[in-house]
Amino acid sequence: MSGRAIEDLNEDGPVTKMHAPIRLEYRIGAGTAQSRFLRGVAEGKLLGQKCPVCSKVYMPPRGSCPIHGVPTEEEVELPDRGTVTTFCVVNIPFSDLAPEVPYVCAQVLLDGADTALFGLIAGMPAREVRMGLRVRAEWAPREEWTYNLGNIKWWEPTGEPDADYDAYKDYI
Amino acid sequence: MTDVAVVAFAQSKHVAADPNRNEVEMLMPVVAEALEQAGLEREEIGFVCSGSCDYLLGVPFSFVTALDAIGAWPPIRESHVEQDAAWALYEAWVRLQHGDVDTALVYGFGKSSLGDLHEIMTLQLDPYYLEPLWPDMVSMAALQARAYLDATGKTERDLAEVVVRSRAAAASNPNAIVAGTTTADALLKEQTTIAPLRTSDCPPITDGAAVVILATADRARAISERPAWIRGIDHRIEAHSIGVRDLATSRSTALAAGRAGAADDKVDLAEMHAQFSHEELIVRDALGLDDSATVNPSGGPLAANPVMATGLIRIGEAASRISAGGGDRAVAHASSGPCLQHNLVAVLEGE
Repeated sequence: MSGRAIEDLNEDGPVTKMHAPIRLEYRIGAGTAQSRFLRGVAEGKLLGQKCPVCSKVYMPPRGSCPIHGVPTEEEVELPDRGTVTTFCVVNIPFSDLAPEVPYVCAQVLLDGADTALFGLIAGMPAREVRMGLRVRAEWAPREEWTYNLGNIKWWEPTGEPDADYDAYKDYI
Repeated sequence: MTDVAVVAFAQSKHVAADPNRNEVEMLMPVVAEALEQAGLEREEIGFVCSGSCDYLLGVPFSFVTALDAIGAWPPIRESHVEQDAAWALYEAWVRLQHGDVDTALVYGFGKSSLGDLHEIMTLQLDPYYLEPLWPDMVSMAALQARAYLDATGKTERDLAEVVVRSRAAAASNPNAIVAGTTTADALLKEQTTIAPLRTSDCPPITDGAAVVILATADRARAISERPAWIRGIDHRIEAHSIGVRDLATSRSTALAAGRAGAADDKVDLAEMHAQFSHEELIVRDALGLDDSATVNPSGGPLAANPVMATGLIRIGEAASRISAGGGDRAVAHASSGPCLQHNLVAVLEGE
């Protein structure tokens, strides 16, 4: 067997691309708390969970209080209305699934919750969306409800006066 | 060197699949049990370190999510290794050497039931030469088993004897998934699945979690009546490519055992992270154990294998036996990577 010097073999240059497809499949369970939440959403309910130590209400719940590391054992049904704590206006289309631009993404703090939900704001011009805006959920038609927060199409202004900054300043 | 001891150990009731609970829900009661054993509050823990693998869960940054089980506000001192939590324990041991904190909580968790573990483990291989061929984890182990049998003259019956002993020991372990009385003859009647290995030579798919609490010197004595002192701990790694290694031996285990002082005195018991029956024989040789040492009294990974916690459980099982007076000196072994690539050895002693 006779060898050749590697440097003599490099005339074709390096291989810069190879295909090695990877695909893994998982069967993910939502967990106890999120299963409760998703079953609630499928019935048009928003179910949070409360920490037994600090009484914070997590929305959506993950089954634990990440501050105290304890199970959130009490379930709390929250209203489908709340306050916009922060928002952004999307002006560049980046996905076929996204709404027509401009549209508004926001964090909505439900009344009685200590964490904010992500959602779209509609029913008003994008330029008029603001922190403190009071909104309510616009649900998809009932026959379309499933185990998915997409059951809420978007959030619309309620027409109430804006919330005081102090009411949501700790949740931004 | 600061003396460090294992002062508490808790593990989940391991199951083949835990579809109802997420990782945080699985972990929380185990953390609570360990803290209760130690009589410590969360705020008293000086350092937290975890071992887990995002590929098992199919979720990026799952180790960050898992912190919800600990409580990380106000911010805590915390770290993570993307491998078995035995290495998280090693990091915690190093951290305790700094001397500014005197307790550490180490946890490992994994749900192997969510995906195909044997394929997931393929993705730890080198991405150019090996991974595109998709050798699964059992096939890789079988290559090593063949190399071992060929080099030593041992037979499939020797592998079966490991399984028989493991299952018998596991009968007294409430966390075991595979346990009970069997015989080598009965096991050898099964077909080999990937020769020379049978299903019985392989670990069960397992979901589970484990927590160990470490403490230094006086703190350890205050917490535990009989702390399991870590008298030596070391880990060594070999080449990643299995083609350049002698698969019939584990030189990295032997080196780590030498550095940890495993053979310096009589070993009463050894817990080995041997996922496959032949691995126990290879590791046993490398540790230089004689026949007087009880091997895997818990049943070992063949009884329950919550990947990413299995190695930490070896240290916990060995330590809890020391603390309970079931021995004075134990060796715990953990492994990571394909075919025993990376090995950790800890020597634990009572006082």
